[in-house]
Amino acid sequence: MNPETATHSTTERTLHTANEVILRPERSLTALAVSRLVKNRLAVLGLVILCALIVAATMAPLLTRYSPTAMDTSNRFQPPSLEHLMGTDQFGRDLLSRIVYAGRVSLTVGIISVGVAGLLGTIIGLTSAYYGGWWDLLVSRLMDVLFAFPPVLLAIAIMAALGQNITNVMIAIGIVNTPIFARVVRATAMGVSGRLFVEAAQALGASNRRIILKHVFPNCLPPLIVQTTVAFAWAVIAEAALSFLGLGTRPPTPSWGRILDEGRNVMEYAPWQPVFAGLAIMITVFSLNVLGDGLRDALDPESTR
Amino acid sequence: MIRYVAYRLLLAVPVLFGISLVVFLLIQMIPGDVVSALLGMRTSPEAAAALRRMFGLDQPLPVQYARWAGAILRGDLGHSLRTGLPVSYLLASRLVVTAELAGLGVLLAVLFGMPLGVIAALRQNTTTDYLATSGALVGLSMPDFWLGTLLVLVFSIRLRWLPPTGYVPFSVDPLQNLKLMLMPAVTLAGGSASYIMRMTRSLLLEVLSKDYVRTARGKGLPERTVVYAHAFRNALVPILSVVGQQLGYLMGGVVIVEAIFAVPGIGRTALESIYNRDYPVVMGVVLLIALIYVVINLVVDLLAAIVDVRIREQIASPGR
Repeated sequence: MNPETATHSTTERTLHTANEVILRPERSLTALAVSRLVKNRLAVLGLVILCALIVAATMAPLLTRYSPTAMDTSNRFQPPSLEHLMGTDQFGRDLLSRIVYAGRVSLTVGIISVGVAGLLGTIIGLTSAYYGGWWDLLVSRLMDVLFAFPPVLLAIAIMAALGQNITNVMIAIGIVNTPIFARVVRATAMGVSGRLFVEAAQALGASNRRIILKHVFPNCLPPLIVQTTVAFAWAVIAEAALSFLGLGTRPPTPSWGRILDEGRNVMEYAPWQPVFAGLAIMITVFSLNVLGDGLRDALDPESTR
Repeated sequence: MIRYVAYRLLLAVPVLFGISLVVFLLIQMIPGDVVSALLGMRTSPEAAAALRRMFGLDQPLPVQYARWAGAILRGDLGHSLRTGLPVSYLLASRLVVTAELAGLGVLLAVLFGMPLGVIAALRQNTTTDYLATSGALVGLSMPDFWLGTLLVLVFSIRLRWLPPTGYVPFSVDPLQNLKLMLMPAVTLAGGSASYIMRMTRSLLLEVLSKDYVRTARGKGLPERTVVYAHAFRNALVPILSVVGQQLGYLMGGVVIVEAIFAVPGIGRTALESIYNRDYPVVMGVVLLIALIYVVINLVVDLLAAIVDVRIREQIASPGR
């Protein structure tokens, strides 16, 4: 998006917000956004699924009857049953256990890589928009370069360079996400930086640090929150894709991508394996997508609902 | 217009330079170098040193980069460590395959995404709209590698309608070629079709709420004219940039899709060369995909500027 058009629309939006606050002084913007969000049934569904997934991942040992890595060769390729709700794989390992434990990997990778990328991207975006000059020029050109690679390919290339382990998966996904966060925050911060209340704060002698944190940053939160859900969804897909291609986590650590890849080789006898593994990825991504859509609508000051 | 084209082309130069630098540095980060990959562990230090001199690896990094970049500008991407063939030759033969796959993918994505988006927008809040919107939501949440796996499971393993993997050039057997390309193209198109559908729907809805659409309706124009001559035409420019964006995005998707269906294009070449530690090929193919991505985005922006005067005018005063 062109930074100029972004600036324009943000200004317009914030004006709307101001009107809304005057019209409804009894409710804060946050309360308004929350009340809009809970009215969106699909977004609530996404939030519930996401919470359930996080609970399942944290309490994995309590929820599963079998170890995710325990092999039982007498029980290979068992179809789903009461014993094994999702069946067993080629080594007789319980698929439900493996998928629940793999959720830990996916969510950890997502939370850490998106957290770090969000933090770095926000700092880069805020400072480049506020200070401008050579720093902004450098940041903008660097972002142009990183945006010139298809995201999946960039992650694959970074994994090839760094070597295959879970830390590097997070680094690769983080590197791809950082410029996206930086761009989102920079575009919003550019619109805010030129506004009167920032000039007023400067005239009053507030430090740059204070202005950025207290005046510019809060205005960047809505797009930042939405971008976080998008980045998280992508991180889950990317982690699975890297593991699927044999470039992600190493065996025997269970990962949705690798369970799916292993399942692909045996799907003539055990079609449930790739089906359940993919379903786990899709449900996670779906919950993040609908939550993101809901947040986008709820945080949009132009919407009147 | 010429000024705009020149401006955009000029802007692409530092990006291309940066891309080459990133690719070069990524390869430098790999532990061990070409020589250890080529000779393995059991080799004498003298032999390794001689080979390093031959490849110019004993030179400082900036010199190595300058040599490499200079060779690329002359069209020389080096030779594959595996086969000894020129990388440019290898990539050229595989690019044709990827071009067909990506072309079919975009075609399917547009053929399904755009009409469904228009129908959903025109019948907003009806069952048709809900079905199309939910379908797109599922399509967006479905990773391509799972969609591909499911297609193979259903159409190859269960129904035995289509062969699961393989490739035949179009010139050899057109029918078999299309049969083999169908599942990869559908897999590639799934996410994009969903995205195009959603964007078409929301962009058209936005235009339909504009004052000039109300004016057109108010002066009694038939609904067909209002929708197609006024609304859709104005929504088309942003929709086309979305399509272009998706074509670029598909260049990333081909890596995964070609791996699933064993399609011998540049995406599969990228993965194979990474597995084989064939660094000249890795560098060449990553560079090529990034270049295609940049060119597609450039062409999309230029096309948008041709259609929409406002974009050109904006650039006449580029601001910061």
